[in-house]
Amino acid sequence: MRTRWLVLGVLTVALVLAGVASRFADHDPDGLTKVSQDHGFAHTGQTHGAVFGGYGSVTGILGVVLVLALAGGITYAVRRRRSQDDQS
Amino acid sequence: MHVPDGFLDAPTSVATGAAAVACVGVSLVRARRELDDRTAPMAGLVAAFIFAVQMLNFPVASGTSGHLLGGALAAVLVGPWTAVLCTSVVFVVQCLLFADGGITALGTNIMLMGVTTVVVGWLVFRLLQAVLPKRLGVVPVAAGVGAFVSVPVAATMFVVMYAVGGTADIPLDHLATAMVGVHTLIGVGEGVITFLAVGAIIAVRPDLVHGARRVLASRELEIRPKAVA
Repeated sequence: MRTRWLVLGVLTVALVLAGVASRFADHDPDGLTKVSQDHGFAHTGQTHGAVFGGYGSVTGILGVVLVLALAGGITYAVRRRRSQDDQS
Repeated sequence: MHVPDGFLDAPTSVATGAAAVACVGVSLVRARRELDDRTAPMAGLVAAFIFAVQMLNFPVASGTSGHLLGGALAAVLVGPWTAVLCTSVVFVVQCLLFADGGITALGTNIMLMGVTTVVVGWLVFRLLQAVLPKRLGVVPVAAGVGAFVSVPVAATMFVVMYAVGGTADIPLDHLATAMVGVHTLIGVGEGVITFLAVGAIIAVRPDLVHGARRVLASRELEIRPKAVA
């Protein structure tokens, strides 16, 4: 499989997952939240205002694009250039 | 396992924040060895994929859910140093835009869900690779086991941090039992997702999987008899 197709495939999977995740995700508290409730220290946690409110289809997809841009940009910037010092 | 603000006191949060900055800084330097023109595009994709899958909470037990942490998955796919960068980006975006995890707890979350799962996942993966047959089919299995182990270890790390700087006075043995118990179940989900994701990439492009490099290298070097065994 060409790298281009693999990249498009994985990206599509990520975008589709982000788009539908809010619909299928289990809404029970996660492991740590549940433990904090059961053991009486949930009240010590503070939440701050969210720019995106929460994980919806649109915000999820925006999040995926943003993470891709940030992580892709950082890793692209630190990569070895083939012309300079590729070992092979 | 996103830790909100207020669970840990200020000095502990400052310490985990400093540790996270140090880990990300070292990773920025070391990741260079893992990334070239061919593999760099994978890193951004892996981060985006982890972000998307983390949204998908799965039920584990009695009113409790869990989601992928992703350190082991990232480490096997793109290498451990790059994995620290990928997972850190995910937690920064979740914290700043989705209020998922506290702002003062950002370092805590990077250390727990990023660095810990990367280190544990990668070490278990490499250990299994050393003792198991050098075959491509083993890579997703070893990755899945590493992922499984990484989650309860991260939960244990939280208990250690709570012992140092927890803001509520609760019995630590109870906390440890509850945290490790529920996160062992979540670890099963982590292992399955990691096995499937690594298996899917291995099936189409094993040359792009960091953790498969040694297997592919040994395969190229070996002189193969005609298919008998």
